[in-house]
Amino acid sequence: MKKVMVGNHAVAWGVRLARVEVISAYPITPQTQVVEKLSEMCADGTLPARFIKVESEHSAMAAVIGASATGVRAFTASSSHGLLYMHEMLHWAGGARLPIVMVDVNRAVGAPWNIWTDQNDSLSQRDTGWVQLYCETNQEVVDTTIMAFKLAETLDVPVMLMLDGFYLSHTAEPVDVPDQEMVDRFLPKRAASYKLDVESPHAFGALVKPDAYMEMRFLQQEALQQVPQTLAAIEKDWQRMFGRSYGALEAYRADDAELLLVTSGTVTSTARAVVDARRAAGERVGLLKMKMFRPFPTALLRDALRGVPRVAVLDRNISPGHGGIFAEELRSALYDIPDAERPELFGFVLGLGGRDITPAVIDEVIEKTRAGVVPSREDLWVGVNP
Amino acid sequence: MSQLRINELIPEGRLLASGHLACPGCAAPLAMKLALNALGANTIVVMPACCYTIIAGPWPQSSLQVPVFHTAFATGPAVASGIRAALDTQGKFDTTVLVWVGDGGTFDIGLQSLSGAAERNENILYVCYDNEAYMNTGIQRSSATPWGAWTTTTPAQFPEASNKKDILAIMAAHNIPYAATATPAYPVDFIAKVNKAKAMRGTRFIHLLSPCPPGWKCGDDEGLELARMAVQSRVFPMVEVEDGQHWRVTMEHAGDPVEPYLRRQGRFRHLSGEQVTHIQREITARWESLQRRAQAEPLVPAGAM
Repeated sequence: MKKVMVGNHAVAWGVRLARVEVISAYPITPQTQVVEKLSEMCADGTLPARFIKVESEHSAMAAVIGASATGVRAFTASSSHGLLYMHEMLHWAGGARLPIVMVDVNRAVGAPWNIWTDQNDSLSQRDTGWVQLYCETNQEVVDTTIMAFKLAETLDVPVMLMLDGFYLSHTAEPVDVPDQEMVDRFLPKRAASYKLDVESPHAFGALVKPDAYMEMRFLQQEALQQVPQTLAAIEKDWQRMFGRSYGALEAYRADDAELLLVTSGTVTSTARAVVDARRAAGERVGLLKMKMFRPFPTALLRDALRGVPRVAVLDRNISPGHGGIFAEELRSALYDIPDAERPELFGFVLGLGGRDITPAVIDEVIEKTRAGVVPSREDLWVGVNP
Repeated sequence: MSQLRINELIPEGRLLASGHLACPGCAAPLAMKLALNALGANTIVVMPACCYTIIAGPWPQSSLQVPVFHTAFATGPAVASGIRAALDTQGKFDTTVLVWVGDGGTFDIGLQSLSGAAERNENILYVCYDNEAYMNTGIQRSSATPWGAWTTTTPAQFPEASNKKDILAIMAAHNIPYAATATPAYPVDFIAKVNKAKAMRGTRFIHLLSPCPPGWKCGDDEGLELARMAVQSRVFPMVEVEDGQHWRVTMEHAGDPVEPYLRRQGRFRHLSGEQVTHIQREITARWESLQRRAQAEPLVPAGAM
């Protein structure tokens, strides 16, 4: 069934099709339509879930933690300061190995106030033990929301998926809504490995001393390292049943590229158009979309980028005092590729606080990379008025 | 005679195992034992950061023979809301969700989460065992610390300068089905309140005075006696409130002078006679205010205390 819907409603459809049992959330721009749509679905019975309308995001994450620990499928969504307010409990969910799925509608953080998109909210949560997947289209949002539960419940890790505020959250696109019966076959009811159960009482999260804490972190790390191959297997099933898949990374017209753009989120779609134009003009320019940021898909990236002469990383985020976050992590991932095969990497910071990244901006990125402009800081700021 | 009645009124049970890690003389494990025996095995405990995080025992042990979910400081009522929702979706309506948390997690950092849960009238039982300071971190003041008390952050030269927050009135103002004070020093009254709360649905709140010998600077064997003195001197009256409207004083209070209660505790040793008089005046004023809104009606016969 094809429907035209905004990204926030695509999230709600994914949650509905995944037959989530407990939702807890707090409204924040630009995520608000997610909680509105889910409230409607719960009210009209199309989604028979309990929706706990809490007094803060900190409590929203705490409530889904309680629900997930009791063995049910749980979901929340937030943005920006709401996500930051959850920070403590994001760590708790990660450490407790609870397969919660949440959506973060990417929005810049204050001060000063700004409601438009960039990735600093989610990227500042990169060390909390959550898988991070960045989506490009509303179709990808619906599909990934459902697949995220499968991934989370397979490995007992929480999954956060991102869509750009307004560019995706409030933009209507045609979406092929997956058939419920097929989704039910793809994603059966959750069978929790461990849960709060009076028939089998256990204590969860009690004090762990130095003799065992590290082992628990090691097991968490091992689970997260299995994410790329597990997601690949899940996507294979999805492809077979629904005819679509996305990949942790997607190479677009990357064969024989002399220059590869690395993107995430909706700027990928703009970059596809620029690549098409450059290829039409006979230029060897390609694109690598990074959907997965956590775990960092190091091995996949090395394979994708080995031997490419020049790579331009587009970062809609900034680690103040350092640089663009995707570029920094990529530099580190590529470090031990032998010199002859290691790409020259150029980092670009752009589009912060919702500033448009137009084809002209991406053209500028390509020209500066071609010219080998060495940045005065860690990365070059594009479109900024000094 | 009265001994016999106590044995009849306090339920047997083995839901609290031996080997917990409380300090000598701590009243919290006694309170936990009484509460769990009254609630039974069909109970899930939510435990935000508090002394009981330690008392319950480190992984892989637990002195509680019911499921426990340990969680971050501010989140007890929110986690409990999530557990409740999940249990309800599984049809487990008769499982009690018990939040067990100290005064810091209730009066201070957890108050927003508690207010949210109470406003939604979540079907949970919340017990605050109040030892009147951050005892687990080494006796720092909280907003439950009484006026004039020494703590490590309110030194004797500049003791606690604020009155204890009136948490019962705050909770009653949410018009929840049940809010009460209690103390393990009066176990029959406490059990009666737990039983009454257990039979209700919605948010139920019990504020428990729980003596802490290291924090109060009293002997290990003096805690319960001090709690009884706190009740009898009306420092901590035994009260219950139904639907935020019907206030009831649940036992007789002798109205003893407060000074002997204060003088038995090192945390009040620095107080001048004038300061003690001030405290006595405040207690009298609060008691009169309570009288205006409450009826006197013992929950259990006086002989059973």
